Amino acid sequence: MSEPLLCVRNLNIDIPVGGGTLHAVRGIDFELQRGEVLSIVGESGSGKSLTSLALMGLLGKRIDRRADRMDFDGIDLTRAGKRQMRALRGDRMSMIFQEPMTSLNPAYTIGDQLAEALLLHRNVSRQQARDRAVELLEKVGITAAASRLGQYPHQLSGGLRQRVMIAMALMCGPELIIADEPTTALDVTIQAQILRLLVDLVREMDMAMILITHDLGVVARVADKVAVMYAGELVETGSAGAIFNAPSHPYTRGLLRCIPLPGRTARGAPLGTIPGIVPSLVGEIGGCVFRTRCDHAVAACHGAIPHRGEADHMFRCVHPHGHREDEETPA
Amino acid sequence: MLQFILKRLGLAVLVAFTVSFISFSLLFLSGDPAAALAGEGASGEDIEALRTLYGFDRPMLVQYGDWLFSALRGDFGESYYFKLPVATLIAERLTVTMLLGLCGITFALVTAVPLGVAAAIRPNSLIDRIALFLSVAGQAMPSFWFGLILIVVFAIKLGWLPPSGAASWRHFIMPTIVLGYYAMPAIMRLTRAGMLEVLNSDYIRTARAKGAPEVQVLFKHALRNAIIPVVSLAAVQMGFMLGGSIVVESIFALHGAGYLAWESIGRNDLPTVQALILIFSMFYIVFTFLADVLNAWLDPRMRSS
Repeated sequence: MSEPLLCVRNLNIDIPVGGGTLHAVRGIDFELQRGEVLSIVGESGSGKSLTSLALMGLLGKRIDRRADRMDFDGIDLTRAGKRQMRALRGDRMSMIFQEPMTSLNPAYTIGDQLAEALLLHRNVSRQQARDRAVELLEKVGITAAASRLGQYPHQLSGGLRQRVMIAMALMCGPELIIADEPTTALDVTIQAQILRLLVDLVREMDMAMILITHDLGVVARVADKVAVMYAGELVETGSAGAIFNAPSHPYTRGLLRCIPLPGRTARGAPLGTIPGIVPSLVGEIGGCVFRTRCDHAVAACHGAIPHRGEADHMFRCVHPHGHREDEETPA
Repeated sequence: MLQFILKRLGLAVLVAFTVSFISFSLLFLSGDPAAALAGEGASGEDIEALRTLYGFDRPMLVQYGDWLFSALRGDFGESYYFKLPVATLIAERLTVTMLLGLCGITFALVTAVPLGVAAAIRPNSLIDRIALFLSVAGQAMPSFWFGLILIVVFAIKLGWLPPSGAASWRHFIMPTIVLGYYAMPAIMRLTRAGMLEVLNSDYIRTARAKGAPEVQVLFKHALRNAIIPVVSLAAVQMGFMLGGSIVVESIFALHGAGYLAWESIGRNDLPTVQALILIFSMFYIVFTFLADVLNAWLDPRMRSS
């Protein structure tokens, strides 16, 4: 296999809060090949968005980011200066955010905002930038693209705005695109359209994508690889097939029981829930973070948690198969 | 945009007429102008004679119409006190007032906006504390007191600046600072609050994610949105400065329109007071209109609504 586009080793993010330090993300490892779609899944507050903002260098000043390795195409992001990060952002790696309604500047036309993305990184004329904007608006399925350039964000619907955001992220032809819950704020009918569009574009333009979501249904359809996050840790990573066919970590299995999957969930059967709440991440954290909500918790869960499995499917659990031997796996 | 401007212009004209009528009738409610004009100890016949001479015996609406049509032609009648055309009288004084008002608002904006932006970039930093101190001091300190302190320090002790009068640009330095400093705190606080809110918004994150340099993020993306409420506030303050700089004009003996208004009220100089009220309210209306247009240019959402 060739050198990965993105390689992250032991990423930690600490946020100073009133009563100490919030260890929001702990010891994350993953890598991403060119043209691959990695989906990061997890519930709200699990550190998915922070991880993506850390890659982009967009964490706030007070937030502390440490990593043994964070390489993007051979560039060490942990050592990259502000200027170097700025040159990468929007050019070689770009991001699509969750909130299309508020992510566009209300004071400028979408033409200006699209053109700006290209003008910041390429030595092109204003006209060339506008031509590129029209080309991409057409690509994201916006009709009468040229006439849209003069419109302001408030004149567009949420779905259209998210298409504009996608077009904006693509202006410089990035190698990596990070989509942070790109369809969460949209109507259900639009969600599928936008997602399909995004995935088609990623394939067509041969980009790598990190898709952050809490919607496992979405993941099943588009991801090559899946990383499951819980309370700031990666509890299970692997190919989409491995995760869906042989989920190993109790949390992943719990998540899968929460969504109806064709052929897996019986008609009329109640959907599962995961009882309990996410533990506080302020202060010292030891052992398995999921043990307070886990059906298989034993005394050993308070100790060090081993990494199990192989490189293409790994999970962290004291139990060799993610559950106690003496107990039947819940269906 | 043009439709918006025309609509606002129509509204401004309507407000102007309403204001002119109210200000005209208010002066009639304040007492019998003929009796006041005749002075104490005047006989009933004298008062009646004056009433007929100045036309106070006609119905009020007729008097208003008469006054308004003259005013539209620039004729505000003759001052009872100076025995001069009011228009000439005011024109002379208005130059001083307008110059002072423009200098004052410029001073306020030039100090308040950068300070507000700097304070918002680093909340709770030293610069934020200094800005807060300056704004609290500005709000707490009465203009007359601050003016007197400046005169004592810079005119009397140091002898750098002339204490009073309007003979040269140096005469305007202290009045500008006093008047501008009065308007500065509100503009500064509003700029700071606006910038803080905007800097936390999603579209600022988008701008950063595009790779925009920080200066461009701050000024192109953030300030443009944060400044919108400041424009409306500055317009009102500008109107206030042109009409209400009585205190500052008195302290520095600048014979401007505010000072004239103050004197004319004391002298019962009805035509002068009426003309000044009309002109001051026109300033408000004009500046509010200009602020609306500027805001619509800054914020496209306002154009359609």
